[in-house]
Amino acid sequence: MDRILLGHGSGGTMMYRLIRDFFVPVFELTSLHDSAVLEDLGGGKIAFTTDSYVVSPIFFPGGNIGDLAVYGTVNDLSMVGAKPLYITVGFIIEEGFPIEDLKKILFAMSNAAANSGIKIVAGDTKVVNKGKADGIFINTSGIGIIEHGIDLSPANIAPGDKIILSGPLGNHGISVIAERNGITFHPPVLSDTAPLNNLVSQMLATTKEIHTLRDPTRGGLASVLKEIAIESGLCMVIEEGLLPVPPGVRGACELLGLDPLYIANEGILVAIVNPDMAESLSKVMRNHRLGKASVVIGYVQEAPQETVLLNTSIGGTRIIEMLSGDQLPRIC
Amino acid sequence: MPTGKIADNIKNLFASIGRPVNLMEVCGTHTVAIFRHGIRDIIPDGINLLSGPGCPVCVTPLKDVDTAIAISQLDGVILATFGDMMRVPGSKHSFYHAQAEGAQIRVVYSPMDALTTALDHTDKTVVFFATGFETTSPSIAGTLSEAERLGVKNFLIYSAHKLIPPALKTLICSQDVNVSGFILPGHVSTVIGSRPYRFIASDHRTPSVITGFEALDILEGIMMLLTQIASGKAEVEIQYKRVVREEGNQKAMSLLNEYFEPCDSHWRGLGMIPQSGLHLRQHVKHRDAKAIFDMDVPDATEPKSCLCGQVLRGIKLPTDCLLFGKMCTPEHPVGACMVSTEGSCAAYFKYSLRVNHG
Repeated sequence: MDRILLGHGSGGTMMYRLIRDFFVPVFELTSLHDSAVLEDLGGGKIAFTTDSYVVSPIFFPGGNIGDLAVYGTVNDLSMVGAKPLYITVGFIIEEGFPIEDLKKILFAMSNAAANSGIKIVAGDTKVVNKGKADGIFINTSGIGIIEHGIDLSPANIAPGDKIILSGPLGNHGISVIAERNGITFHPPVLSDTAPLNNLVSQMLATTKEIHTLRDPTRGGLASVLKEIAIESGLCMVIEEGLLPVPPGVRGACELLGLDPLYIANEGILVAIVNPDMAESLSKVMRNHRLGKASVVIGYVQEAPQETVLLNTSIGGTRIIEMLSGDQLPRIC
Repeated sequence: MPTGKIADNIKNLFASIGRPVNLMEVCGTHTVAIFRHGIRDIIPDGINLLSGPGCPVCVTPLKDVDTAIAISQLDGVILATFGDMMRVPGSKHSFYHAQAEGAQIRVVYSPMDALTTALDHTDKTVVFFATGFETTSPSIAGTLSEAERLGVKNFLIYSAHKLIPPALKTLICSQDVNVSGFILPGHVSTVIGSRPYRFIASDHRTPSVITGFEALDILEGIMMLLTQIASGKAEVEIQYKRVVREEGNQKAMSLLNEYFEPCDSHWRGLGMIPQSGLHLRQHVKHRDAKAIFDMDVPDATEPKSCLCGQVLRGIKLPTDCLLFGKMCTPEHPVGACMVSTEGSCAAYFKYSLRVNHG
């Protein structure tokens, strides 16, 4: 058996064997009951999130849909200050999908769960006819606990706050676009997909004066800052000269007519923090494996409201808007 | 020369000229770069930068878009196009809509990818919707050459290519255009060189500078134009010397001439311009999708109240249009200049709307 067949989703013995032979051992599931029963989660608020992953191509430089699906949900929980604990995984698989590829994805998910210190506790598999899906789609949902005293919300942002970025821009999006279009770069641009929960817990251990955290995934840094500006009713100002754009990403963007500010990231975060804590916090972040390139990229001011401004390297200013639709490559 | 020094020179030259100066950046990439770098913030008020007709997506006429969409809806056809074209509104709908309704449409980064698609799908006819100026067209000629060499039978071209110099000539001759100097396109000029622009200086006594796309390039280009204006000169100068040669790229030009020849062509917003388009030469007519499919697509009229035509000629600013930012936004473009990221309306919307109105 080297490919997924419709029968693998039928609920009969083929499906039972697929789950028993592949999913259970990789995910170390202890029960095949209808629901996972979780231990008492203890005190604190519960954070609960869900996300679906349809990335194409499924395998890209630096990762695949499996680790992306785990880290994405871990990061969504982390951005509200939660400690991620449990996730569920749902698969929609196209008939004919290679079992070898499925195995690679499952192992990547298992490793990703271990790296993040979370448990995969429940799952579901459906198989659809050939042509009705693009290989494999994955949904993950996750639960985490927000400890007492942690309150991350744009409502807490105040003029004067500093904006910290934890790492270089654009690596994930460019790695996927390059793979999708058969474009190679030397050195290759690798996805930054990674779990941010450990970095966040170290940040929160350093100070509670973190007002908002966001991971700039789809829509990139520009869209996330614009969302924060709208939600807080304030103005975000960033300095072009301080933005960390790796040479490979810059080159690819120039070649394809894209803007690094709008490219997706999967392993960096934006923190809006009390200005008194900005330097010491970014120092702590720089000591973390996933925050080595942390840098203060700007600040918050009162007006113009709900706006993002970028001070250009030559002393001009421009407005940054949200991404509308897809970023389309230029033709000239 | 450092930024501050160039900015000072610009200020002094402008003061010595002593009147407002309209400069037109012909190329959409310049329009976007001017906004991205915040160039307007560091040059004096009174140096007006106007956007020209240099966005190939914007000037592709509705009828070509409608015809290409109609071809994409035929059984057995895969239409390949550059990504910018996907959202362009035809008279009824866009390539995106056609794709959602089942048409086989592929976005490619290079025309060679379209040829590969043809090789991978020998049971289909692959039509490449070839848009763009002299920057793009030689690569289509190269792809045609490869298709001929390999004898690929199921690969056709729909040529909507345009040429920049004839459009500039029409623009300059038009009575209502008031431009004191041209910031000429860097990429197009890499291919054609500076000679095809000589008429701007010799026939129209207007300065022009072929300019690069970095902030310093653009500032230096503006400085060179002001220097010419201040001294009463009119020349075609090259600022973008690290890339552009006076004679252009001869190899690219001869490849282009081998497969394409000039023809009269309709420009969205500008109308019919003699010898401003490219069609396939006789020896590759068997790859001419326009002739082979001969689709009966009705003529389309431009949306009412849309000022794209005047925006493309630098007569009106995008913000002068009643539809701008209201009926016409990047999510719901009415006119072509709002569609492409390099269209002047889209650039104004993205970078300046709230500065002016916020």
